[in-house]
Amino acid sequence: MPDSTSDSTSDSMPHSTSDSTSDRLRVRKTYKLYIAGAFPRSESGRSYPVRSATGELLAHAAQASRKDLRDAVLAARKAFASWSSTTAYNRGQVLYRVAEMLDGRRDQFVGEVSDAEGVSTKAAATQVDHAIDRWVYYAGWADKYAQVAGGTNPVAGPYFNFSLPEPTGVVGVLAPQDSSLLGLVSVLAPVVTTGNTAVVVTSEDRPLPAASLAEVLATSDLPGGVVNLLTGVTAELSPWLAGHRDVNAIDLTGVPNADRKALQIAAADNVKRVYAPGPVDWSADPGTSRLSAFVETKTVWHPIGV
Amino acid sequence: MEHAALHDITRDDSSLRRFLHGLPGVDQVGAEGRAAGLATRSIKTTAKAWAIDMAIRMVDLTTLEGADTPGKVRSLCAKAARPDPSDATVPAVAAVCVYPDLVETAVHALRGTPVGVASVATAFPSGRASLETKLHDVRDAVGAGATEIDMVIDRGAFLAGRYLQVFDEIVATKAACGDAHLKVILETGELATLDNVRRASWLALLAGGDFIKTSTGKVTPAATPPVALVMLEAVRDFAAATIGYGATATIGPGAAATIGPGRDLAGEIRGVKLAGGIRTSKEAVRYLVMVNEVAGDAWLDPRRFRFGASSLLNDLLLQRHKLATGNYDGPDYVTVD
Amino acid sequence: MADKLFEYAPAPESRDIARLRPSYQIFVNGGFRDGSGEAIKTINPADEEPLAEVAEAGPSDVDDAVTAARGAFRPWSALPGRERGKYLFRIARAIQERGRELAVLESLDNGKPIREARDVDIPLAAAHFFYYAGWADKLGYAGFGPSPRPIGVAGQIIPWNFPLLMAAWKIAPALACGNTVVLKPAETTPLTALVLAEIIAEAGLPPGVVNILAGGPAIGQAIVEHGDIDKIAFTGSTEVGKIIRRTLAGTSTRLSLELGGKAANIVFDDAPLDQAVEGIVNGIFFNQGQVCCAGSRLLVQESVADELVAALQRRLATLRVGDPLDKNTDVGAINSAAQLARIRELTEAGVQEGATRWSPPCELPERGYWFVPTVFTGVSQAHRIAREEIFGPVLSVLTFRTPDEAVEKANNTPYGLSAGIWTDKGSRILSMASRLRAGVVWANTFNRFDPASPFGGFKESGFGREGGRHGLEAYLDA
Repeated sequence: MPDSTSDSTSDSMPHSTSDSTSDRLRVRKTYKLYIAGAFPRSESGRSYPVRSATGELLAHAAQASRKDLRDAVLAARKAFASWSSTTAYNRGQVLYRVAEMLDGRRDQFVGEVSDAEGVSTKAAATQVDHAIDRWVYYAGWADKYAQVAGGTNPVAGPYFNFSLPEPTGVVGVLAPQDSSLLGLVSVLAPVVTTGNTAVVVTSEDRPLPAASLAEVLATSDLPGGVVNLLTGVTAELSPWLAGHRDVNAIDLTGVPNADRKALQIAAADNVKRVYAPGPVDWSADPGTSRLSAFVETKTVWHPIGV
Repeated sequence: MEHAALHDITRDDSSLRRFLHGLPGVDQVGAEGRAAGLATRSIKTTAKAWAIDMAIRMVDLTTLEGADTPGKVRSLCAKAARPDPSDATVPAVAAVCVYPDLVETAVHALRGTPVGVASVATAFPSGRASLETKLHDVRDAVGAGATEIDMVIDRGAFLAGRYLQVFDEIVATKAACGDAHLKVILETGELATLDNVRRASWLALLAGGDFIKTSTGKVTPAATPPVALVMLEAVRDFAAATIGYGATATIGPGAAATIGPGRDLAGEIRGVKLAGGIRTSKEAVRYLVMVNEVAGDAWLDPRRFRFGASSLLNDLLLQRHKLATGNYDGPDYVTVD
Repeated sequence: MADKLFEYAPAPESRDIARLRPSYQIFVNGGFRDGSGEAIKTINPADEEPLAEVAEAGPSDVDDAVTAARGAFRPWSALPGRERGKYLFRIARAIQERGRELAVLESLDNGKPIREARDVDIPLAAAHFFYYAGWADKLGYAGFGPSPRPIGVAGQIIPWNFPLLMAAWKIAPALACGNTVVLKPAETTPLTALVLAEIIAEAGLPPGVVNILAGGPAIGQAIVEHGDIDKIAFTGSTEVGKIIRRTLAGTSTRLSLELGGKAANIVFDDAPLDQAVEGIVNGIFFNQGQVCCAGSRLLVQESVADELVAALQRRLATLRVGDPLDKNTDVGAINSAAQLARIRELTEAGVQEGATRWSPPCELPERGYWFVPTVFTGVSQAHRIAREEIFGPVLSVLTFRTPDEAVEKANNTPYGLSAGIWTDKGSRILSMASRLRAGVVWANTFNRFDPASPFGGFKESGFGREGGRHGLEAYLDA
């Protein structure tokens, strides 16, 4: 942790980072970005203070720059070929492994969510449990979505014709600002379930659960680069993400309505798919809309004859 | 299925193309599955000891670097003749493989040993030179005493469908080799499909190559199990197709089934050399299993199967030591040459 | 092949890994107990030595199991699908974790090569649980209405050829849909199903959701005839399948049947021949040919018949027959003396009817139930070996001249489980597939299984599908 925070430690620190009741001094974590499977600081050298809902300083998070974003897109593109051609069964196994890892660190996340969102431990625990189950939910979709969204088309002629969903490519995700973990998982998991790779800009004011989630992802057999998490200022990064021509789709969930139009205009430059939902209840059944938002339907014709 | 005598097949480009494209297709998924299945064989104890010694005898100990010097080649030759200075029971390798200008050094260093001298030639590794330059390269190496020539085919011509040109170049190179054995490098990593590997294998065998060889070692992927599988099938089928080769022979996989494990051999037995990327004993033993089960034990012979490698030899020595003593060995106990 | 240059030394898997116990118990209402039936010894078919004693279920155990399943049904089906799914994920993971143990145990009890148990049976069993775990909270998307309901108590009777895998095929979709089950493994192969019961108990499933009874045909019959079972799922012979159909006539009990087969594996002259040879070998010698979908009839185009048969014979000479626990064994033991007798009877009929019998040179162990891989050529449609399911490592080779003739011969059987097509021409694959009366058609491959892919037959091979989205239908009130 940078020196500048040393004066704000001690008994006022919230529980996830506070010193324990013993005299022992806790070893604190440096929160970093997650790009290409590694944990770099921002290339810009910047960080920004992250405060709890009650205004206490929690940590300094890395403040990603447009160059970090560029690196993250490169990493996501590089990871796409392999991740999208991994069997759906294996992708499901990996996502389930994420759930296992997250469940093992449940208490840590309860603390972080409680600090970040200013909710009770009980309410935070409910959110973490939902987040774990959400990974399980999407793990199950990995080898089923094509069975639901694809199928054969009985064309009038001697042709076998079928359609199947394929991943769109690199998806830029502007994560929800309010729900620091459950919201993040709810927007991230469906993107990678179908074989896309993701560049996520996390909640600006509540980025710490996301930074910790990166550690879970890094230990869950998820190949480096499939998910890249950037903490920082959403309004600073989102235009670069929306305008990046090697990003195939963008999710504007974490962007206020007022800012969405400009991003949609920028996204038109390479005909990005834009997903811009209204308000979301993160605890509700997620359905399949976030899966279908980031796939392309491919139809294949083949003659039938001896 | 195409059956035709050799002179008919190679009469012109279109008849050669018809023959090569008439070969049975290779289903990639099936071939990969077969290769992976063979890799699950578990080779232990006495079988492993036999396989390791056989693999050592099949190594073409290779150095093909721009930085090669006579000193480097001399030390490599010493290693080839006596891979383990502390253990005289370790057999010598098959050959040393060097660039043409270092053949003379190798020949001198290996005098009195059973180790052959192989040289890459024909504008290795790209093959992008005039035929005259390539043949000159070959004559240089043979003149300096090389007993084996590793040529590269013109992959550009092959991929463009100019099969007869590739054929003629191999024939001309074979002629320039004199008594030296000719290994034809297909550079399978550039041929891209297993169908092409099968066609190029047959092309090289028809043109008189004594060996078909996977790779230069300068292109990735180099030797892979599915490629080795298809090439072993080619030499197996070629031997079957050339039974009674001469006036009445037909060429083609039509006769393919008549030889194999447990059968009497006839026909022309050509060799296979895998080169590039084979670094561990485990891989080498797996390839010997493949030789055994796909081509048959007639090919379990350094005259018919080779590994082009450098670091493989040391791993074979380490594993040999492990089998002998029961303890794992470390790289400090084998020589670095 | 004693004079081979490269003789593989034995590479046996240790039988200790199976953690074989002297006795195994049935699993009823969450507890293990001795059944009230006879105590029988299960035999290792590779050496005819007893492996363990199993106290089989009696009629009262069937009653108890059904009562337990009935009692467990309401709370189990009322659980959110998400929670049911998590139980199934736990089972999947536990099978993966204990995979090697289960593989060795399966090989010992069944006689199948350890390579197959390790690489096919056990991973696929885990994958089935994994796959259906994911469906538990998504049933509304499966195409059977917005909120499909479970059926109730399912009685499931499975065969001896893939003991754990068949248990997984049955249990996983039933539980995902919210049913409870009473499962009976085959009498000769109960052990892995009873270890699965342990796994299920350790996974914390509520008592009664899964009950596993060991026993023979009488227990199977008691399950079928039990009045309080809502659904019977049976995999086994067509003969028994018909008996079950008759027994359930006039009742409201639902039924799905996965029965016998006599699959045609059709090789055209433009096939990738080396891969076709592998597919034929896998088609008929996988699991000693004791596979309902085995490619037991090779239909080969006349123009490549001699070449293909010769290549096949060359390949068969490399098959390694013997100790199932040796990691290099390709063909293991026949599961039982009774099955061996049936294979012998049918192959002798083949010789008497005039077909030509061929086998590679092969030394069989002295003890145990063994049958050498066998190929019959010169077989015609009229021969018994072309019509009856042999369920052993015996291939009948027939020829054809045109695609029409291939279709005609392939379909000329009461069965309709599977078929194979080998050709480099895509349009031919699709036209053949559309004309073959079989539930699974493999093109340029054979004997592929995947939890996402439905499996099941036409005609006398049964009805209902297992696997995939379609496999849910058998366990939903749709």
